[in-house]
Amino acid sequence: MPSSSSLRHAWAVASKDLLVEFRSRTGILSAVVFVVLVLMVFNFGRDPTAVSNLVLAPSILWVTFTFAAILALNRAFQLELENQALDGLLLAPIGRGSIYLGKLVANLVFVATVEVIGVPLVALFFNVEVWPHIGPLAAIITLATLGFVAVGTLFSAMTVRTRFAELLLPVVLLPFMILPLMWATLATTSVLADRPLSEIGGSLKMLAGYDIVFVVVSLLLFPATVNE
Amino acid sequence: MLLAEGLRHRFGAVTALDDVSFRVQPGQTLAVFGPNGAGKTTLLKVLAGLIQPQQGRAQVDGGRRAIGWIGHQPQLYSQLTVRENLRFWASLYDVAVPGDLLSRLGLTEYADRPVRALSRGLVQRVAIARALVHDPAVLLLDEPFTGLDRTAAEAFSGLIAQHAAAGRATVLVTHNVEEGTGLATDVAFMRRGRFVHFAPRGRRGPAQVAEEYRNAIV
Repeated sequence: MPSSSSLRHAWAVASKDLLVEFRSRTGILSAVVFVVLVLMVFNFGRDPTAVSNLVLAPSILWVTFTFAAILALNRAFQLELENQALDGLLLAPIGRGSIYLGKLVANLVFVATVEVIGVPLVALFFNVEVWPHIGPLAAIITLATLGFVAVGTLFSAMTVRTRFAELLLPVVLLPFMILPLMWATLATTSVLADRPLSEIGGSLKMLAGYDIVFVVVSLLLFPATVNE
Repeated sequence: MLLAEGLRHRFGAVTALDDVSFRVQPGQTLAVFGPNGAGKTTLLKVLAGLIQPQQGRAQVDGGRRAIGWIGHQPQLYSQLTVRENLRFWASLYDVAVPGDLLSRLGLTEYADRPVRALSRGLVQRVAIARALVHDPAVLLLDEPFTGLDRTAAEAFSGLIAQHAAAGRATVLVTHNVEEGTGLATDVAFMRRGRFVHFAPRGRRGPAQVAEEYRNAIV
């Protein structure tokens, strides 16, 4: 269990990252523009008579969130390389776990912001009812996002010092996203199709298990990824 | 205060540190001169605990909390203001930013400006403030004069001298013998990961040290 000072340091790292993002707005704007463009392309490029909206919308939703999240994750540690601030973080008398948790929280806020904008757009473009299912949908999105952002934050730290970090991150991350995305897409399809909530119980449990395993594993592995 | 014992470290086929040992006491300033690739930055990173040496040990009394680092990169966030940067770094050390820190470094009027809007000399002053924010007992300086004009370099030297006079230890690595010698109580020359010279500076001036450095390195 992290101590109160670890949590305080993690919050310091997270709030600094969010303040930097708030000042520059480059990451969030790129991600939101990306989401809007992808949804528009899928909306105008599909044949509504071939596949129903209810079948297509969940897949589009998660594909869009996945790539928007990768944009955020790519930035997470690039920011620390700008003036070698990462060395300063590693030199500070704080646990490596605090740095990881701080980055995780900042990435979650970033991705959640994109998702808050993306969900109504999916509802709008694909004409699906989201509001009546907002509770279960929020649970699915929260659990799935935590899982892939936890893994993505770890891989972002691993790849940031490589020559082709922007290319390498999706290559190593996407295989780990297959399971949570599959569970999230199945659960989202069930929810939007108005099926009984008991149908998504299994997916939610799997997502929760994935989150626990990968947050713990990432916390344990993170120090090895940033040490020279 | 700061101890290095038999440090050895390799990056693949390249030997970065080869049996480096020394001790720096409070009030001492050790200037380590060496050409590019001599292993100077690796030495500082090992002392700071950023790199675990493959052999030997480095110890700083007080651990990471006692270390302040000033490099040729400022370790600052350019979108944040000077004050926000200092607050952030202070929070990691569980201290408040000392009230007189900005005025001591002549940064009061720039406190609310983003770092990206400052000149190289001012950025380096902010980097110094960042390194001093937790009142470190040991300063590790990696090519700190890079990009500084003569006035800024002299002001910087004055600050380091004050730091040493207050009984703190400093290790400075640079290839610039003229700027580094004035601050040093002890001088070391480094080549291919080894100290080929290590002695108190004594009465030697920059010209003499530069001459000895050339003879030792070539």
